[in-house]
Amino acid sequence: MNKTIYMDNNATTRVAPEVVEVMLPYFSELYGNPSSMHTFGGQVGEAIAKARAQIAQLLGADPEELVFTSCGTESDSTAIFSAIRATPAKRHIITTRVEHPAVKNLAENLHAFTGHKYRVTQLGVDSQGMLDLDEYEKAFCEDTAAVSVMWANNETGVIFPVEEMAEIAKSRGVLFHTDAVQAVGKVPVDLKKSTINFLSISGHKLHAPKGIGVLYVRKGTPFSPFLIGGHQEKGRRGGTENTASIVALGKACELAAVRMTVENTRVKHLRDKLENGLLASIPNAIRNGHQSKRLPNTSNISFEYVEGEAILLHLNTVGICASSGSACTSGSLEPSHVMRAMGVPFTAAHGSIRFSLSIYNTEEEVDFVLKHLPPIIEKLRNMSPFWHNRSKGL
Amino acid sequence: MWDYTDKVKEHFLNPRNVGQIDNANAVGEVGSLACGDALKLMLMVDAKEIIVDAKFQTFGCASAIASSSALTEMVKGMSLAEAAKVTNEDIANYLGGLPKEKMHCSVMGREALEAAIANYRGILLPMAEGEVVCECFGVTDVEVQRAIDESHLRTVEEITNFTKAGGGCGKCHDRLQEMLDASVKQVKAKIIPLKAPRRMTNIQKIKLIEDVFEREVRPTLRKDGGDIELVDVDGDTVIVSLRGACGSCAKSRTTLKEYVEKKLREQVLDTLTVEDDKA
Repeated sequence: MNKTIYMDNNATTRVAPEVVEVMLPYFSELYGNPSSMHTFGGQVGEAIAKARAQIAQLLGADPEELVFTSCGTESDSTAIFSAIRATPAKRHIITTRVEHPAVKNLAENLHAFTGHKYRVTQLGVDSQGMLDLDEYEKAFCEDTAAVSVMWANNETGVIFPVEEMAEIAKSRGVLFHTDAVQAVGKVPVDLKKSTINFLSISGHKLHAPKGIGVLYVRKGTPFSPFLIGGHQEKGRRGGTENTASIVALGKACELAAVRMTVENTRVKHLRDKLENGLLASIPNAIRNGHQSKRLPNTSNISFEYVEGEAILLHLNTVGICASSGSACTSGSLEPSHVMRAMGVPFTAAHGSIRFSLSIYNTEEEVDFVLKHLPPIIEKLRNMSPFWHNRSKGL
Repeated sequence: MWDYTDKVKEHFLNPRNVGQIDNANAVGEVGSLACGDALKLMLMVDAKEIIVDAKFQTFGCASAIASSSALTEMVKGMSLAEAAKVTNEDIANYLGGLPKEKMHCSVMGREALEAAIANYRGILLPMAEGEVVCECFGVTDVEVQRAIDESHLRTVEEITNFTKAGGGCGKCHDRLQEMLDASVKQVKAKIIPLKAPRRMTNIQKIKLIEDVFEREVRPTLRKDGGDIELVDVDGDTVIVSLRGACGSCAKSRTTLKEYVEKKLREQVLDTLTVEDDKA
C-alpha cells in the first residue's frame, strides 16, 4: 500500500496531534459533568470556559457570544431558524446557488419545517464563482427575513465579501448568517469589526475532531434554541457538553491563530505549485474559481473530456486522496450545483477535481501528484470517444 | 465511496479491448457528455454473422468503463443472434453485480450493443422513435417502459437507477409514476387469466409463489412492519413464516388465509393452502 497523500482537507482534516493530546484526559480521568456542584465536575467547566475564550480570540468575538453545537449543520439550522422566528411575518430569505447543502436544502425546504411557504432568492455567481453585489442589493424586499451566505465556498474556495454583505443587510434591518466552516482558520475573521449576526464553525475542518461545532450569535441578536433541554449554554442549546471535543476545538483555534500565516504562505505556495504544474503539463485543464479571491489551500481543476470518479479512483490506487464535483461521485446524476451555477460546461464539469491542502502537506507530496496525475488523465482520455472526436476536429 | 466488486475494479483499472476498429461494420454510440457517460462500441462481424472483434471507447465513471470492458469480452465470438439476447443484467452479473445507483452503466452497454446490431442491419431502433419523457437526460417512454418490464422496476428511484430518467430536475416524476402504475395493472391483468388448474412441478410453484410474494405480498406486509418468507412447498401446502410485526400479530392467521392464500390461489394454483410454519 502506498503512503496516503491527503489532499481532501475541505472534506475533513487530520486532528492535530497537539489537539489529541489535550482532549484525551476528558475521556479518562476528567469525566465530570461541567454542570455538577462539585470541584470534580467544576474543573471541566473551567476547561470549557478556557476553550470558549480561545475560540472567541480567533474570531474576535466575546466568549459569551458562542454556543457549542454538534456540527456545522446544526449551527446553520439553529441560525436560520432563529432568524426567521425573529420576524415570523416575513417570508423571504436570500442565499446563494452555491451554498453547502446544510444551508441550501434547509432554505429550499423551509415550508416542510415551518408550515409556511418561504420565497427563496438564490443569488447566482459568474464564471469565476463570484457574486454580484448589485443583484444582492436588489434582492431585498419588505418581506426579507434573513440572509445566509457562505464565507468561502467548499468546492472552489472562492471567498465572498460577507462583511460588506452583512453591512448591507443591517442597513435593511435584516439578520445576516454566514456559514464560515471553510474560512475560519484560513482567512482572518474579526467579528468585532463586522455586523454579522450569526456565524457557523465546524471543528473537523480546522484540525479538531468531528462532532463539534460552534454558532456565534452577536449580542442583541434574537435567538431561539434548536435543541430544547437543560440550562447548558445558558439555555441556548440543551444537552450535556461534548467536553473533550470542546477542549479540542479550543486548542485547534489557538493553533489556527498561529498557523494562519503558514496557511497563507507555505500552504498557498504548495497549492499554487500544484495548480500551475497541472495546468502546464495537462492540456485542456481549466481552473475553476477566482484565482486570487479564494482560500489559500483550495484548487479546483477541470480536466476536459474525462470523468471525475474515474480520475479519483485512479488517484486512489496511488494513495492520493482528492474529491470531485462529477455526477458519479455526488450520488446524484448531475454534476455539482456549484459547477452548474458557475456555468462550467458539461465537457469540464464532470471532470472537475478538488485538491484541498493543509499544513501537513509537503513539497514531496505535491511533486508526487504532479508526476502521477498527467498519465492518469492521458490514459482516460485515450479511452474517451470525445477526446478522439476532438483531436480529429469533430 | 461506491461498493464496487473486485471484478469491476479490475476491469476499470485494466480495461480490455479499448480502442477503435477502423473498418468496423457494426458501430453503436450511446450517451453524451452532458449525461456524464457515453460509449462507442465497435464490432467486426464476419459473413456468418459472428462477432470476430469488439472494441470500445468510453467516457464515464469506473462502472461505465468496467461495463464496456465486460461487454466486449462477452460478445466476442457470439453470433449476432446470441448477442441480441444479452441483457443489462448479464453485463452486471458478469462483473459480479453493480451498485444499484450504477445499473444505468450496464443499461448503456446493452443499448450500445443493440445500436451496433441495428447499425449492422441498417435499421432504426424503436427507442429513438419514442416520446422523450425525461428532458434532462433525453430518455424516451419506450426506454423507460422497457426497463420497467425487463427489470421489474417498481419505484421512480429504480427507474432513475436503471435509465437515469428522473435524475435531473424531477419534473417527470409524475409521468414516471403513471407509467409504473399502468404497468402494475397490466401485470395483474396478465396473470389472472392463468387461473385454470394445471399441473406444476414444485420448482415451478416455488418460483411463481416467490414472484407473487415479491411483487404484491411483501410490499403490503412491509407497510405494517411485517414480512413473509417461503419455508417449504409440500404438494399443495405452502408453508410460510411470518416475520417482523406480522409474526406477533393476533390477526396473522386471517392475513395468511384471507390475503396470502387468496393471492396465491388467484395467481399460482387455485388448489393451494397456506400454513404457518409455527402452527
